[in-house]
Amino acid sequence: MKIHKILPFFQHLTQFKPLLNELVVRDLKLKYRRSILGYVWSLLNPLLMMTIMTLVFSYMFRFDIPNYPLYLICGQTLWSFFSESTTMAMQSVLANGSLIRKVYIPKYIFPIARVLSSFVTMTFSLAAILIVMIATGVPLSWELLLVPTCLLFLLVFCMGIGMILSAMAVYFRDIVHLYGVLIMAWMYTTPIFYPISALPEEIAYYIQFNPMYHYITFFRSLVLYGALPPANVWFSCIVSSILSFLLGVFVFHKLQRNFILYV
Amino acid sequence: MDTIIDVNNVSMCFNLAEEKTDTFKEYVLKLITGKLHFNEFYALRNVSFQVERGESVALIGKNGSGKSTMLKIIAGVMSPSQGSVTVNGSIAPLIELGAGFDMDLTARENIYLNGAVLGYDRSFMNQHFDEIVDFSELQSFIDVPVKNFSSGMVARLGFAIATVVRADVLVVDEILAVGDFKFQQKCRARMAELMAGGTTLLFVSHSAAQVKELCKKAAWFDNGELMAFGATEEVYKLYESKYQN
Repeated sequence: MKIHKILPFFQHLTQFKPLLNELVVRDLKLKYRRSILGYVWSLLNPLLMMTIMTLVFSYMFRFDIPNYPLYLICGQTLWSFFSESTTMAMQSVLANGSLIRKVYIPKYIFPIARVLSSFVTMTFSLAAILIVMIATGVPLSWELLLVPTCLLFLLVFCMGIGMILSAMAVYFRDIVHLYGVLIMAWMYTTPIFYPISALPEEIAYYIQFNPMYHYITFFRSLVLYGALPPANVWFSCIVSSILSFLLGVFVFHKLQRNFILYV
Repeated sequence: MDTIIDVNNVSMCFNLAEEKTDTFKEYVLKLITGKLHFNEFYALRNVSFQVERGESVALIGKNGSGKSTMLKIIAGVMSPSQGSVTVNGSIAPLIELGAGFDMDLTARENIYLNGAVLGYDRSFMNQHFDEIVDFSELQSFIDVPVKNFSSGMVARLGFAIATVVRADVLVVDEILAVGDFKFQQKCRARMAELMAGGTTLLFVSHSAAQVKELCKKAAWFDNGELMAFGATEEVYKLYESKYQN
């Protein structure tokens, strides 16, 4: 595919920026509408999950990880952003089918908006991580300033996956069901609540092909250890996010022409 | 006069699968067993016409004759299988009123959302907010979720939003059927006002009276083919003579 065919794909972006805004605001408004605590849930949820999992994994399975609550909530926050944003993005084109059939709108706006609204919710959860950091006496280091960079890589990665899934879900609804299973398998192959050293060596080798492992490692080394991540982690994060995004644009662009006949 | 819409030899072909293949398993099975054949169906066949800026054109014909498909292609919702459509200007599509509404949001929130769907930002919508509310006469329901609205109320709000801006082309597809008599009158007045300001109107209706009142020209579609295009009265004569025998 030539670049001049891809570029018009984004030419409406400035015209439809207000729509992107409104869609993100809508998602955020509807997410906690009529709940009493509202946005506090974005903070409370990860803390409660972390408490339960810390209890489970400190008494039932023991891992030798210093500051396990913080280790856990770091992985947990990034993972739930990934799983929530891609799952919601997957349904986004189908869910807005009535709109697509009636008005011209650049369709990639739906998965992108979903991922962005999950991203905003996730940034609220960062406060929960800060609370845990302070409570467990982790010093605040200058390396924390790189956290936005790490999250940005992950955001771009999720956008790519979201575009691929949303376009494929239009043609084969089975993906919606399959992805639930897939994401569970993916979660267990990502060191979220266990250390990678807990795995046998031959399996640990394959884990390095899991992009989520690198995003979480990146994030943990900044938050938990106050250190810059090693070069191979940087490399994996940058390459996987760019690859995912380009593939997403390519697949979505290819498939979107006939969306209207299937949504 | 300059041409605002140029429909050039447009055909629209749908693949009607004999049975709908919705799942991957079915698709693969059919692919393997060779049962994946399609029925081709032409919703439009070699249609060409031009609309000049400021004209009002009605699309008439029986149900399923291709009128709505034509509007969707002009609005850019579908791309034609063959041929091309060029529109030199902005389009306000009213293909269905309230298409962009989120039923869980209130009318106020939907005004901003729907405005954004049509490409207008928050500050622009703020300027026109009161005008929209006045026209739709929904002052007391502005903070009620749209899911509690009647279809007439949804139509009022949708019409008010879509016509608040002077788009170059206004596409109206059988929407005046809903809404009470008074509101229909109000809508016709608004459309006439827009047309006086130079807006081009594309109008689909089964009411000959409405068409004759609003449109100078008409395009008659039958089975996907453009049977006649010209002055409303003459096209109607042909159209009526065909169905009287």
